[in-house]
Amino acid sequence: MSDTQDPYENLKITTGVVAEPNTSRANKTGSWREFKPVIDTDACIGCGQCDTYCPDQAAKPVEGEDFYGFDLDYCKGCGICAEVCPTDAIEMVREVK
Amino acid sequence: MAQADQQNPSDEQEVMKGTSAVAKGVMAANPDVVSAYPITPQTGVVEKLSELVADGKLDSEFIKVDSEFNAASTCIGASAAGARAFSATSSQGLKLMSEPLFTAAGMRLPIVMAVANRSLSAPLSIWADHTDAFAERDGGMLQFHAEDVQEAIDHVLLGFRVAEQVNLPALSNFDGFILTHVQEPANIPTEEEVSEFLPPREPEYTLDPSDPKTMGAYARPEHWTESRYEIQRAMMESREVWADAVEEFKDVFGRDYTEYGGMLDTYYADDADHIIVAMGSIAGTIRNVVDAYREDGEKVGMVRPRVFRPFPAPELRDALADAESVAVLTKEMSPGYESAFAGEIKGALYHAESQPPVKSYVLGMAGRDVKPEDIADIIEDVKTATPKMDFDESESWPQLRPELLKGGDA
Repeated sequence: MSDTQDPYENLKITTGVVAEPNTSRANKTGSWREFKPVIDTDACIGCGQCDTYCPDQAAKPVEGEDFYGFDLDYCKGCGICAEVCPTDAIEMVREVK
Repeated sequence: MAQADQQNPSDEQEVMKGTSAVAKGVMAANPDVVSAYPITPQTGVVEKLSELVADGKLDSEFIKVDSEFNAASTCIGASAAGARAFSATSSQGLKLMSEPLFTAAGMRLPIVMAVANRSLSAPLSIWADHTDAFAERDGGMLQFHAEDVQEAIDHVLLGFRVAEQVNLPALSNFDGFILTHVQEPANIPTEEEVSEFLPPREPEYTLDPSDPKTMGAYARPEHWTESRYEIQRAMMESREVWADAVEEFKDVFGRDYTEYGGMLDTYYADDADHIIVAMGSIAGTIRNVVDAYREDGEKVGMVRPRVFRPFPAPELRDALADAESVAVLTKEMSPGYESAFAGEIKGALYHAESQPPVKSYVLGMAGRDVKPEDIADIIEDVKTATPKMDFDESESWPQLRPELLKGGDA
């Protein structure tokens, strides 16, 4: 699925509204966020607890690095990652809009 | 029509508890998955099914779960994967299933359930009425009401047949205790008969890891309305499918539910001046009262909707057209207005050529016995029905015990 194309544009109402997988990725829910996670890359030990607990699969290892980062298109700012981080490497910072 | 004159079981019939008889009928339909959580008075249905699976007599996955919510959700997963799925519940259990059942309707999954009707808390009651079924009215589930054990078995089979053709879930209602715990003769269908009547399920889509699909996920405002409209259309189309199914059912099993396309069952209604409308097991008592009136030369009759969703509106218009008055006997109520059943019947008559006056009677709640004399009193009362009535006149609770009410005799 291309990131630019809206998969809902030509959505056909099938029996039970069966769609192709991953269509919900078009719904970028990160705009709901009031606080965003900011990671201290020096403090991060790469344990992946944030990834395990993130309800939106928005915490991911950063490619080629030994720390984690956040997909702000989908992160809703719940702060669970900051709660579970064993080294307090994640700070929740108020979004300025 | 129930066979009131038939006292002894014939050679083809077996005498067993209602829940066991329904379970045996389900077994003949060969479901791939059964998932349920025990609740009185349904428990016997799935208890028997689990026994049949454990004894190797039924080749189904019996999936034990922690709640009715999970039972219905398990059936959703199974049905989405292409399985024929069955569950059963009652009362609070149906309430807990309500959310996944609405989802099953939206996902167009033909899960069939036996619902042993029982009142909803509070106060707690384990006894029969229709408040549980009516609370699920607007979900998009087909709904039928059985008069006796034979119909409770047969409606499940008809349910599978119709649900799988129109892709909607079905609730097959039968009155708790009155039908679940009664022992009466019934024909238990064999798997051979059922396979002749019920073809294997052919789902349009199935969950398949090798060809992944998203089912029942997010719909934006520009799509949701259409998906809900499709449920309405499937409901309306199911009328025809049901009519064909009862015809074929008659050919295969010899039992005739074809009156009014299988939507209504009537008793001396053709020339009746006063007609009682009621659903479920109460019809047996009503038949006896109708017989007594007919012996006295009074034209009294009964109309019993077999199907509640889709609502048999055109059939009711026809069946009630020539009545001087109509008495709706109902085991549910909608606090703040009137019986939902009566309201729907009146709604069906609103644009009709003929609009007989309708009085509704809330009775038989939470298993309170309805005696022939109660019904005779209602027939006498409904004769006073007029086209214009105040709300207090059009609906009453004839079994109410005023001495129990706050402030004494209200």
